[in-house]
Amino acid sequence: MVPTSYYLILSGVIFAIGAVGVLVRRNALIIFMCVEMMLNSVNLTLVALSRQWGNLDGQVFVFMVMAVAAAEVAVGLALLIANTRHQESINIDEIHLLKW
Amino acid sequence: MLDYAWLVLAFPAAGALLNTFLGGSLGRRAVGWLASGAVALAFLASLGLFAQLMGLPGHERSVTVHLWDWIRVGTFQVPAALLVDPLSVTMALVVTGVGTLIHVYSVGYMAEEPRYQRYFVYLNFFVLAMLVLVLSDNFLGMYVGWEGVGLASYLLIGFWFDRRDASYGYYADAGKKAFLVNRVGDFGMALAIMILWTGLGSVTFLEVFAGVEKLAAGTLTLASLLLLLAATGKSAQIPLYVWLPDAMAGPTPVSALIHAATMVTAGIYMIARTYPLWEAAPAASAVAAWVGGLTALLAATMALVQVDLKKILAYSTISQLGYMMLGVGVGAYAFAIFHLITHAFFKALLFLAAGNVMHGLHGELDIRRMGNLRARMPQTARLFTVGALALAGFPLTSGFFSKDSILFAAFERSPALYGLGLFTALLTAFYSFRAVFLAFWGRERDPDLFARAHESPAIMRGPLWILAGLALAGGGLNLPRVLPLLEHWLEPAVGALEIHAGLGLEMTLMAVGGLVALAGIYLAHARYVQEAAWAQGLAQGLAPLRPLLERGWYVEDLYRAAVVEPLWALARFSAQVVDRGIIDGTVNLVGQLHLLASDGLRRLQNGLIPTYALSLFVGVVVAVLYFVFG
Repeated sequence: MVPTSYYLILSGVIFAIGAVGVLVRRNALIIFMCVEMMLNSVNLTLVALSRQWGNLDGQVFVFMVMAVAAAEVAVGLALLIANTRHQESINIDEIHLLKW
Repeated sequence: MLDYAWLVLAFPAAGALLNTFLGGSLGRRAVGWLASGAVALAFLASLGLFAQLMGLPGHERSVTVHLWDWIRVGTFQVPAALLVDPLSVTMALVVTGVGTLIHVYSVGYMAEEPRYQRYFVYLNFFVLAMLVLVLSDNFLGMYVGWEGVGLASYLLIGFWFDRRDASYGYYADAGKKAFLVNRVGDFGMALAIMILWTGLGSVTFLEVFAGVEKLAAGTLTLASLLLLLAATGKSAQIPLYVWLPDAMAGPTPVSALIHAATMVTAGIYMIARTYPLWEAAPAASAVAAWVGGLTALLAATMALVQVDLKKILAYSTISQLGYMMLGVGVGAYAFAIFHLITHAFFKALLFLAAGNVMHGLHGELDIRRMGNLRARMPQTARLFTVGALALAGFPLTSGFFSKDSILFAAFERSPALYGLGLFTALLTAFYSFRAVFLAFWGRERDPDLFARAHESPAIMRGPLWILAGLALAGGGLNLPRVLPLLEHWLEPAVGALEIHAGLGLEMTLMAVGGLVALAGIYLAHARYVQEAAWAQGLAQGLAPLRPLLERGWYVEDLYRAAVVEPLWALARFSAQVVDRGIIDGTVNLVGQLHLLASDGLRRLQNGLIPTYALSLFVGVVVAVLYFVFG
């Protein structure tokens, strides 16, 4: 069996990559993708630990996470499209009229 | 009547209040006559008190009239009460009597003054404060009056606060100088009252005098010296006389009333009133006598070189007050009061006559620009000369008798002080007639001014004739041995002076005094009228002393360097470094810190999504670290 630590480390790496992506990338769609990556890394952690302890609670929680992620994507993309009515660019640095 | 003693105070108080609130609509003449009437009524009330006291046998002539309970704090009980006795009634008569004459004179003198209402209110207020001072039965009441006359003096000296000239500087500064210098003295008085209360548990005169034996000699001497400090401030003696010459910036009737006849005599009155303290502290009395004698001489030397007519009279006042201080210092309280009264007459006369000169010369006071004024204002010339005769101590004038009585008392106790006093008398006669001859005799030195000179109206001459009569006849108040009316009258209040010398000595000394006065007048005549060669030669020989005298023996320069400049430096430091720098700086710093902090925090809310994402991330990291390590 593959040691659980491998999964956890992989999950951490994927999370880090996703986090840095959220902070650094300019394209709003890429940022959404990175957020999905972070969520999926957490899913990976949950599933790995579920297999380690033989407890299906982790895998059930993964379902919840995926549902929330899907809903979140829908809302986020809707917001982004709504913003496109004002400006064509989806460069996150230029979307700052939120303060109005 | 005695129960109504408070009327003496009520009249000037009413005058001041009525003129304050209704004066604006009363018109010029009415304001002046209302104020004069108030003081005249106070004079009549004082006469009433006098008559009542006369009706009582000698030893009962000390009546306390309780007005109300003023302070009642545990053991500290002070009544608002009046002490009606020969001394206080005498002072009240002088204050209200001379005061009435000066008020009437003022109606004429200040006829053109736009702020006449303020003038008469202040003048009435002064009379009120002075009466509170002399009639109070306790130290605190007297202190209230003491401060009140100081305030009135400040207000009236600086009456024309927007003026300045070469002789007096900024008139407002003269007022401030008077107030501040007096403050030093008042500090002494406050301390003395505290010492007496701590030692005896009372501030009422009669109770304090009764308990004097209970105090240690050192305590008594200290308290007396502190009272002396107060007296040197109010009565312009060494070291606190420097405000009086500058006080001449005030209107001339003010100079006559406050700085000649009444307020400056408050210190002398105070010492006479508290005589049991001084009898029990001979060291302090001796100091007082020497302060008086030296001041008399010092001031007389300074009067010799003055060219401002009022300043001659101012230094003369300081000198004559020195005589009074000398008198109380040697225990001759009645004689000092005698001189106080005669001085009030002739000094007020001299000042008001100077006022006539000013009026006739349209404000000029420099005697170098006068000359032969008796041709243009003969009555004023005669009136001024009468005053000068009394001041010089010309035989048989009031000043002659009063000054000689003090010198006689001094002779027994300290021949040195007698010598000082006698020499000062010579100088006094000289400088008085220097003023007379330079202003009223000789040739006119400024023809244009002379041509425009004129005599004053009757309202400004009438009161002077009355004062002149009193200056000449005032000696009748106390003819030594023959008719010592004043001594007997004042005895219940100030005790009696032990005289060991015989009648022969007294007559001899009186003759010497008269001769000295005549000598002084003759010297002045030789120098300024005859312009005799020997007199001019003598003046030439003494010329090197002139700068010293003109700078007032450098006393004021010393004060400026030793006291005034350091205080100004301290004030500048306090204002600029401490107040503006440290205190304002600290407050401003707090404000600046706020701005700095808000500037920094503002950057957290810039509307940029990446910034907010970063903030979230940082927050999560901190929370995780807290849970892992905290």
